[in-house]
Amino acid sequence: MMRIIRHLGKRSRSLTYSVTIKMAALVKYSRALVRFSKSPPCLSLLRAGCPRFCSGDVISASVHDRIEEKRRAALLGGGQRRIDAQHKKGKLTARERVDLLVDPGTFVEYDMFAEHRCSDFGMEKDENKFPGDGVVTGHGRIHGRPVYLFSQDFTVFGGSLSSVHAGKICKIMDQAMLTGVPVIGLNDSGGARIQEGVESLAGYADIFQRNVEASGVVPQISLIMGPCAGGAVYSPALTDFTFMVKDTSYLFITGPDVVKSVTREEVTQEELGGAKTHTTLSGVAHRAFENDIDALLRLREFYNFLPLSNRDPAPIRPTEDPADRLCPVLDHLVPLDSHKPYNMLDVIQAFIDEEDFFEIMPKYAKNIVVGFARMNGRTVGIVGNQPKVASGCLDINASVKGARFVRFCDAFNIPLITFVDVPGFLPGTSQEFNGIIRHGAKLLYAYSEATVPKITVITRKAYGGAYDVMASKHVKADINYAWPTAEVAVMGAKGAVSIIFRGDQDQAKKEAEYVEKFANPFPAAIRGFVDDILEPRMTRQRICRDLDLLSTKKESRPWKKHANLPL
Amino acid sequence: MASYRFNLVKRVPQFSSSLYRIARRCCSIYTTPVDTNEPTFDKILIANRGEIACRVMQTCKRMGIKTVAIFSEADRHALHAQMADEAMYVGPAPSNQSYLVMDRIMDIIRKTGAQAVHPGYGFLSENKEFAKKLADEGVAFIGPPSGAIQAMGDKIESKLLAKDAKVNVIPGFDGVVKDADEAVQIANDIGYPVMIKASAGGGGKGMRIAWNDQEARDGFRLSSQEAASSFGDDRLLIEKFIDNPRHIEMQVLADSHGNALYLNERECSIQRRNQKVVEEAPSIFLDPDTRRAMGEQAVALARAVDYTSAGTVEFLVDSQKNFYFLEMNTRLQVEHPITECITGVDIVQQMIRVAKGHELTIKQSDIPIRGWAVECRVYAEDPYKSFGLPSIGWLSRYQEPTHLPKVRCDSGIQEGSEISMYYDPMISKLVTYGDNREEALQNMCRALDNYVIRGVTHNIPLLQEIIAHPRFVSGDINTKFLYEEYPDGFQGRQLSDAEQKEVAAMAACIYLRDQVRAGAFKNENRMPLQPVNPAAWDITAIVQGQEMPATVTENKDNFTVTIDGQTLTVNKDWSIAAAVLDATINGQQNTFQCISRKGDEIKLQYKGTVFKVEVLPKKATDYSHLMPEKPKVEASGEVRSPMAGSLVSISVQPGQDVAIGQEVCVIEAMKMQNSLTADRSGKVKAVHFETGTNVSEDDLILELE
Repeated sequence: MMRIIRHLGKRSRSLTYSVTIKMAALVKYSRALVRFSKSPPCLSLLRAGCPRFCSGDVISASVHDRIEEKRRAALLGGGQRRIDAQHKKGKLTARERVDLLVDPGTFVEYDMFAEHRCSDFGMEKDENKFPGDGVVTGHGRIHGRPVYLFSQDFTVFGGSLSSVHAGKICKIMDQAMLTGVPVIGLNDSGGARIQEGVESLAGYADIFQRNVEASGVVPQISLIMGPCAGGAVYSPALTDFTFMVKDTSYLFITGPDVVKSVTREEVTQEELGGAKTHTTLSGVAHRAFENDIDALLRLREFYNFLPLSNRDPAPIRPTEDPADRLCPVLDHLVPLDSHKPYNMLDVIQAFIDEEDFFEIMPKYAKNIVVGFARMNGRTVGIVGNQPKVASGCLDINASVKGARFVRFCDAFNIPLITFVDVPGFLPGTSQEFNGIIRHGAKLLYAYSEATVPKITVITRKAYGGAYDVMASKHVKADINYAWPTAEVAVMGAKGAVSIIFRGDQDQAKKEAEYVEKFANPFPAAIRGFVDDILEPRMTRQRICRDLDLLSTKKESRPWKKHANLPL
Repeated sequence: MASYRFNLVKRVPQFSSSLYRIARRCCSIYTTPVDTNEPTFDKILIANRGEIACRVMQTCKRMGIKTVAIFSEADRHALHAQMADEAMYVGPAPSNQSYLVMDRIMDIIRKTGAQAVHPGYGFLSENKEFAKKLADEGVAFIGPPSGAIQAMGDKIESKLLAKDAKVNVIPGFDGVVKDADEAVQIANDIGYPVMIKASAGGGGKGMRIAWNDQEARDGFRLSSQEAASSFGDDRLLIEKFIDNPRHIEMQVLADSHGNALYLNERECSIQRRNQKVVEEAPSIFLDPDTRRAMGEQAVALARAVDYTSAGTVEFLVDSQKNFYFLEMNTRLQVEHPITECITGVDIVQQMIRVAKGHELTIKQSDIPIRGWAVECRVYAEDPYKSFGLPSIGWLSRYQEPTHLPKVRCDSGIQEGSEISMYYDPMISKLVTYGDNREEALQNMCRALDNYVIRGVTHNIPLLQEIIAHPRFVSGDINTKFLYEEYPDGFQGRQLSDAEQKEVAAMAACIYLRDQVRAGAFKNENRMPLQPVNPAAWDITAIVQGQEMPATVTENKDNFTVTIDGQTLTVNKDWSIAAAVLDATINGQQNTFQCISRKGDEIKLQYKGTVFKVEVLPKKATDYSHLMPEKPKVEASGEVRSPMAGSLVSISVQPGQDVAIGQEVCVIEAMKMQNSLTADRSGKVKAVHFETGTNVSEDDLILELE
């Protein structure tokens, strides 16, 4: 501490500026530094961000001092008291988050000196100006690959969005699109800067517009690390993936108070828009993490699965898992009794590289499993029906979950591997009334539209329309396999027999006949609807080879302005 | 019907490699050659399942005999069914509807024309009625005559027979004792120490041990008071007290020509709930004289009941090497492989020969003790609960350590097999041998380290602990070993500081390797990669809750990990994708298993026990100190219907205790049965539905208190 003050003092001797101003500044610095020294990680950041200027020139020295002062202020955000409060809530500060997310020493900050220009409600006062204006923006690297990012600073006006704040975010998004580099947003904001009125709203819309423009150009990821309410929620909703931090993050259009005044429902923040709600009930968020640290480290892992843009192929990295590894465990995994469930995740874990599966929406619409894995080092998107949950049927939520994932993979050149064990679409009034027809169509649409390599393995049931939907040969899948346990038919034996042989006394015998005829892979194989009947243990080997072959696949669809997905 | 349809597809010889491995793996230990000119059975049915069925089939194959397996619904894919020349369906999964149904088995025998039946152990192996049914059909039973089964099956009768055959039985007196003097007299006749208790008191209740006359008087006074007041029955039991009892048993072999011999002893003192866990042969405790005396008594008993085939006479041995007859098992024992290892005798082969009416070709003087053999019973059970509560599951990864020298592994399962609730949860019998006990134990240590079992909870942590326990290594064991050494139950290996560092170092190296690789993209052509790999990585490894700051450096040939000022050098030639990591830490060979790698959590199996190690970059640990600890959230204790369907069964009642993960009910929906489990342990507060009723999605079916 003393050393730093001496250092400042030494420099002040070379200045001819008013001593009083200098002294005031000195006192301010030292106060800030005392607070800083309590928090070691912040101090290291401070040092890293403050190159020392040594110039004899009087005027530039003063500018340098001001630069340094602004930098220090920017690094401190809303001040130590608010930083402590942030920590107490179990949250890291905006800068600490950036520090954890990117490779050490790679973060380059933009617009550190940006300040709001609002002059209403006393906002013009110096004490209400914070360099950076509540958001840290710039670019860095994650495992050596570039990323643009913004991190909202809750310690400055609760992270509220001003027009300057929005402008900073828009700037990095524009650059991300130009360079073809993904954008990660770390959201922690109370909402609009009310003092700025419509300017703040305009700021939101500017971001929304860019989210939409960047959609399908570069991957966009939102990590909700605090409140995100009102209009602000639509930016994460427009991005490709929304992740949340358990217990400290909330997403809602209107908070519990407004809800109570309008609908008289009593609900807590957590119930209304916490991580559990959005990952299990609403399907708004794709995954939740334990805390800030867990979330940021997992995000680094997740980032490695993604290509940088729609111009890049799915990334390939070295793996120690042999591509020709046999998976004997798959041979007996599917029970012969087609009423018995099994866990599709067991199938997936067995054939992917090193059991490394990053599941998307693991707790929502669990009857379909989607996520990223690697095959011989190459990122693939995996979709599988989950027989363990609701027999793996397709319902509204599963269709929407699957469709969005398929479209992401298609947009970013990630090959799709589909594992089919589907008894059909879920019947019932609730499904029909809520529009299973148009929602189910989304998955059909997504698969039919996709031009990335598509490999399909039918493990057991592939019944009815759901067979068509699940990347069948007919929706232009490239390679379709059936395991010996596969059965492709319009429906199961019991239902079919009751229709074909209505009134026949010996239903059991007819059922056996039907099973003999249809409950095996041959009807599909004879017609070339599956390319091969595959011993399950060979699955990994074959898919790895197929992916190499299909890496040069080129397929185009008729020109259109954009397609009209049934929304 | 539907379930039969892929039998053909499943039968393609894709398993030939594993079958070959199994058929080959233990032939080398036998010194009893197969005489191909000797007449034998053409076809044998093995009325059993699992490892013992496979074991018997191996010898059948060696002898050129065709085999018939029987399998239940749950065993359709089981190894024993694949291994046999013919496999016949015997019934639904529960054994009382399949492996125990004699009529069905008799039908299969008639259908397949099997000439003999090997019953294995358990199931029908000691069932005299079954033996009789076979005899009636003219089918040979590969085991003792039914008279011997009957005689030895009765506890009281077997003791009387043993006494007549001059076999030591536990001396004792059961009746009314007049006064203290008489009690002292009886005690002196038996020889101290004696145990005195009321005859009516069950088990060890009210048991008093007397080492001298005075204690015998006190014991008499207290026990007779108790007998009168508590039970209203004056009778007392005064019996020889066996201190530090060991369980040692003699393997005998007899033919129908009056030849009988013993194949030396097995020590099976390591037990829990009277079930053997670790066995060895020979016993470290017996001297040649005791061995001979014990063997001769065992043979005498066998002769007394006209025994044929293989059998086992069990003894309790006290600290003075006095041995007392317990019971005789009239079947092939689970632990027979260790006897085979030290004697070279293929016991199953001899059983088959004897059943065919041949004379034993080996003589007592031919029976050697070649080195030492140890057997560990590897079970699918949780060793942290009462030394082993059964668990079930699906073997997602399974590799037996049979690539190591002097390892025999008898199992009836393979990767992908299911350990079901219907049968004994044994995974395998892992046997190692060597020139001496030390070598056999070392081999066992290595074999356990290299045994890969994933998907089910198993007892390798406990086995590894026993094998390495100083008291076990010294041979100072008795039947209460586990209860004496782990009075509060087994807790897993307690790591020393040095071991903790080794675990941390290994995890750190795995982490580093993964991190460096994460940035090594092979096809980033548009944007130049700029991986930031520091020369030294500052990380924190958290092992068993203890934070260990460490620095890891990747060198050309190795990793160096510095923890707490100490430097550990770790070799590089292991793969993070492999199940077993052979690591050399500071020149010392260590075997780890990487159980899982999820984010920063690395689970490593080390010396049997699985340790969870969190590896974080240093700054992440620093930041974590800034944040308050999260309170743990309780599981809801509610079981809700995940979908609309009908409740097929509810397996619990209000007031019943359930364990976490226990099945509480089954819902059938879309023609599929879904099992619902409790998300925490507790007592059932209420069940809101009845079996057979329909539930809607998210209905509350059951609540825990």
